[in-house]
Amino acid sequence: MLLIRCPYCDETLPELEFAYAGEAHIARALDPSSVTDEDWRDFLFIRSNAKGPHYERWRHVHGCGRFFNAVRDTVTDRFLTTYKAGEAKPDLETLTGDAR
Amino acid sequence: MTIHPHDLTPGKIAESAACKVHMLDPVARFSLRAHEPERKAVADALELDLPWYVGDVAKTGETEVLNLGPDEWLIVAPEGQTDFASRTVDAPHALTDISDRELTFRITGPRASDLLTLGCPRDPDSIKPGQGRRTLFDSATVVLWRDGENDFRMDIWRSFAPHAVSLLALGCAELAAE
Ligand SMILES: [Zn+2]
Repeated sequence: MLLIRCPYCDETLPELEFAYAGEAHIARALDPSSVTDEDWRDFLFIRSNAKGPHYERWRHVHGCGRFFNAVRDTVTDRFLTTYKAGEAKPDLETLTGDAR
Repeated sequence: MTIHPHDLTPGKIAESAACKVHMLDPVARFSLRAHEPERKAVADALELDLPWYVGDVAKTGETEVLNLGPDEWLIVAPEGQTDFASRTVDAPHALTDISDRELTFRITGPRASDLLTLGCPRDPDSIKPGQGRRTLFDSATVVLWRDGENDFRMDIWRSFAPHAVSLLALGCAELAAE
């Protein structure tokens, strides 16, 4: 079982307490009516499908209830880091992998 | 035999040399939601201490307040002692009576923590005495309060209670038979 660190609880806990919630850092346009059909399609459906480090959302649904972001390697399933929603994307170069 | 929630009455559920499981009398329960900037104003208006860290419990008289998440608290008080709920709060918040949603079971004895590992994916010993957490018990969401080293309370939605109770009773006997 994966162990995931919740940045709000500041505890590393079993995957069963969490739910995956798709790719992270996909912001809805502030003015949706000005968005072209192509950009709207990309917002709704087009994802990076990364092989390797992937920025993604998780929710500590059976715990504090909060959504947060994570960088997980989709090849090894290893969590490189987790961070609070709203914080900037961490730089991949600086991720050592010991945050789990 | 199928147990229905209404078959469960306060009192002894299971007992062995390893642990004891009791169902507790009904209490008043409230869910409180408020954002951090409003926390102090809400706490002052309700005349309750709202702990800041996830898992911390604050006691004001007989009323206990558990921080479930950064903007969420569970308030438990004896029935009829809920004056806080009728006080005026001028800050944005949500205070909801959820008294009838859950039943509470007390789990005690030298193997109390081991009994919980039957259904809890997290290590029950990661909850320090005096704290509480929302977590899972065999896939049902529960709130665990650790009142002492070998003394836990489990709040569980009443429709899931028969399942949890059967598992706790079975575990209680199994741990004593080891
Ligand atoms: Zn959490």
